[in-house]
Amino acid sequence: MAKITLEGMGKSYAPDPDSDPAWALRRLDFEFEDGGAYALLGPSGCGKTTLLNIISGLLDPTAGQVLFDGQDMAGRGPDQRNIAQVFQFPVIYDTMTVRQNLAFPLKNRGVPAAEIEARVAEIAEMTELTGMLDRRASGLTADGKQKISLGRGLVRDDVNVIMFDEPLTVIDPHLKWQLRSKLKELHRRIRRTMIYVTHDQTEALTFADKVVLMKDGEVVQIGTPVDLFERPEHTFVGHFIGSPGMNLLSCGVGNGRAIVGGAEVAVANGEAAANTGGRLELGVRPEFVRFAETGIPVRVSRVMDAGRYRIVETLTEGGEILKLLIDNETGIPSEATHVSFDPANARIYSDGWLAGGSRAA
Amino acid sequence: MKKRGLIPLVYILFLMLPIYWLLNMSFKTTNEILGGLTLWPQTFTIENYVAIFSDATWYMGYVNSLLYVSINTVLSVAVALPAAYAFSRYRFLGDKHVFFWLLTNRMAPAAVFALPFFQLYSAVGLFDTHIAVALAHTLFNIPLAVWILEGFMSGVPKELDETAYIDGHSFWSFFIRIFMPTIAAGIGVAMFFCFMFSWVELLLAKTLTSVEAKPIAAVMTRTASTSGYELGLLAAAGVLTIVPGAFVIYFVRNYIAKGFALGRV
Amino acid sequence: MRKTVNQRAWLFVLPVIVLVAFNALLPLMTVVNYSVQETFGNNEFFWAGLTWFEQVIGSERFHDSLIRQMIFTFTILAIEIPLGVVIALAMPRKGFWVSVCLVLMALPLLIPWNVVGAMWNIFALPEIGLMGWGLNALGFDYNYTRQPGAAWFTLILMDVWHWTSLVVLLAYAGLVSIPDAYYQAAKIDGASSWAIFRYIQLPKMKRVLTIAVLLRFMDSFNIYTEPVVLTGGGPGNSTTLLSIDLVKIALGQFDLGPAAAMSLIYFVIILLLSWVFYSLMMRNEED
Repeated sequence: MAKITLEGMGKSYAPDPDSDPAWALRRLDFEFEDGGAYALLGPSGCGKTTLLNIISGLLDPTAGQVLFDGQDMAGRGPDQRNIAQVFQFPVIYDTMTVRQNLAFPLKNRGVPAAEIEARVAEIAEMTELTGMLDRRASGLTADGKQKISLGRGLVRDDVNVIMFDEPLTVIDPHLKWQLRSKLKELHRRIRRTMIYVTHDQTEALTFADKVVLMKDGEVVQIGTPVDLFERPEHTFVGHFIGSPGMNLLSCGVGNGRAIVGGAEVAVANGEAAANTGGRLELGVRPEFVRFAETGIPVRVSRVMDAGRYRIVETLTEGGEILKLLIDNETGIPSEATHVSFDPANARIYSDGWLAGGSRAA
Repeated sequence: MKKRGLIPLVYILFLMLPIYWLLNMSFKTTNEILGGLTLWPQTFTIENYVAIFSDATWYMGYVNSLLYVSINTVLSVAVALPAAYAFSRYRFLGDKHVFFWLLTNRMAPAAVFALPFFQLYSAVGLFDTHIAVALAHTLFNIPLAVWILEGFMSGVPKELDETAYIDGHSFWSFFIRIFMPTIAAGIGVAMFFCFMFSWVELLLAKTLTSVEAKPIAAVMTRTASTSGYELGLLAAAGVLTIVPGAFVIYFVRNYIAKGFALGRV
Repeated sequence: MRKTVNQRAWLFVLPVIVLVAFNALLPLMTVVNYSVQETFGNNEFFWAGLTWFEQVIGSERFHDSLIRQMIFTFTILAIEIPLGVVIALAMPRKGFWVSVCLVLMALPLLIPWNVVGAMWNIFALPEIGLMGWGLNALGFDYNYTRQPGAAWFTLILMDVWHWTSLVVLLAYAGLVSIPDAYYQAAKIDGASSWAIFRYIQLPKMKRVLTIAVLLRFMDSFNIYTEPVVLTGGGPGNSTTLLSIDLVKIALGQFDLGPAAAMSLIYFVIILLLSWVFYSLMMRNEED
């Protein structure tokens, strides 16, 4: 188990990485704490797999360092960093039984047979593979095979970190949640550092204690799932997290409030926003918007039924779309009405970044 | 890693020795070849090549061969692809038996087919056409292509197909844009082998043609005259026969070396 | 792989079946026809039942050819398959040299078989051929036109030279189709090179190796042109393999009946052995 530190770390595939766009991964300073559950979340091509491979040692960084417990890992391959990795598709030894698969990493390290027996039994119980130990590994379903992959990572006790590269890609949809909860449970039980790469926000938000949200090779925000949901630091975060994503309305600022469609609306960072230039937008999640007597004037344009709740699309006077997420009991006004929200849930963004935030323009 | 490179090197040297010898012979007169051992041609001559290039029968032979071999290769691989996919992904009545039956068509000596094919293709009016030879060769090339392609397709997990459908692809969009690139190595190998086996096949090609579609292999047997083989000419023809094949393997080399890149899907 | 049952898959296979069956039926009928009939010329045929089959199976000539053929086939299989795999494993995976290797290795496969035979015929002659002269210069008493042992040696060497590349190409294509993730996982698991070969490479190459084995088996059993041009079946009949014998009987003696019967027996032998090979190599494939 180890603390993993990334210092000024960046990666470029270009031979002469001078300009910014050439960097697949821009400079990053971050620390993965020992025993934490982290998710690297982002759309395809954002660099999350590159980051994972640099941590595991399959790729070398172009700049900066990767440290395990303070030790520089430069020049050390994956086998020297004591990591385990679960890949996008099940990687198992087809000709061996499940038991032999799990025992393999230990056998290669010369662990005595009795100890191997015990460890394998323990891991099999943890991953619910006990009944299948003596079956040929190739005969299992996809989720079974991924469990074997996972088991091979768990069976060694000198593992610093377990990496997951979109491991649920080939799993049947109705089994995904099962495997996800299993992973979360396992993490709580064995407390080893786990880094989980995915483009699916549900997977990331349910698994991780801390989420690293990435876009175009850059880390946009790091925080707990709640942080990312309630206090997005960039409009991208607001848009990517949550379904539907955060509402964005162009606004002005005055008197420490946002001005939308002529109406003054109180927000959480009104003061900070007053001093910034750039293109201003008001961000508020559909979950926090309510119909009201006063506030921003809107007109209801569409209602979509999502089962347990409804998504109502309204249009502001400026022609922008504002969505509300309301339960099935609340009534929906048919004529023009207003919407309002708690100022604590609304923020002003300047050129995409949270006004007054750590990376404000 | 340096040590490892020695093995292919030695092997290639072993392969090149008789080929150098062939080249050697092609620049000699038949008399010199039979006269004694010379590592270089004593009387260097290009008359063998000249004879080939200046005689229409000779170079038409190449053209004819190229024509029917190309038709055959494209046809064989094209019909083999969907069939191999079916064998790889589905179970249906008689599937194992049909699969094995295909291979049985390669188990008989070509001589057995000569007379029946002559009768068959004459009966359908296809004697002495490129189509006839191209079709006749599908007998042993299609099974080969199906077997090779199926082997590579079985290495691709079915989950790939399912993921593609979830992403909204139609069957053909999935097959052409996602599936075929992942079995690129198999397609490359299948195409090369079909080309190769059709290119060198002599008996059936000779039997089914006379003038219009006479292949190079048949023309070469003209070199066996009453005075024995015209070795120099034969050697030159042999050298020239290697050239198109070398192009084909060069063309498919990227497919063969590309391999499987599931991670990038 | 879990295969789903789908009878409509027949449609995918139909074009293949039509084309192959079109070509296969007539010859099959013809051969069966000839094998059970007797003719004295003038296109008159008499029913002969199993006469030819009995005659062929009982003939010592057939036994001898069959034994020679078996020895030949199993020898070249024992050499070409392992050799091909070793070379494929040693070949570079990426870079400029890959193209060079592939093209050069493919060259022997592209030479028409009569030219291959003729090349080696001269190449191995003691007086005027490089190899023949070379071997004698090294002290061996080598003359393949007169010594059965030397003839066999040359025949096998020629076949290995000619066909090993087929095994290499198939094995190599199979090898590069293994996703990187397997090698990465093996590295993480601390596996040795031998373990990687045994547990990852070999299993993943099983299907292509099966194809290579079956192909070489069938083609070597039917081999005709190269040995005929090289040795003509001699010296004597020491290198007269099954196909050569068959043609001698059919064309030389015009005994179409026995020839057809022999072809069928031949075919059944190949069929049985192929089925055995195939089953052996493909067991444990189905879940």
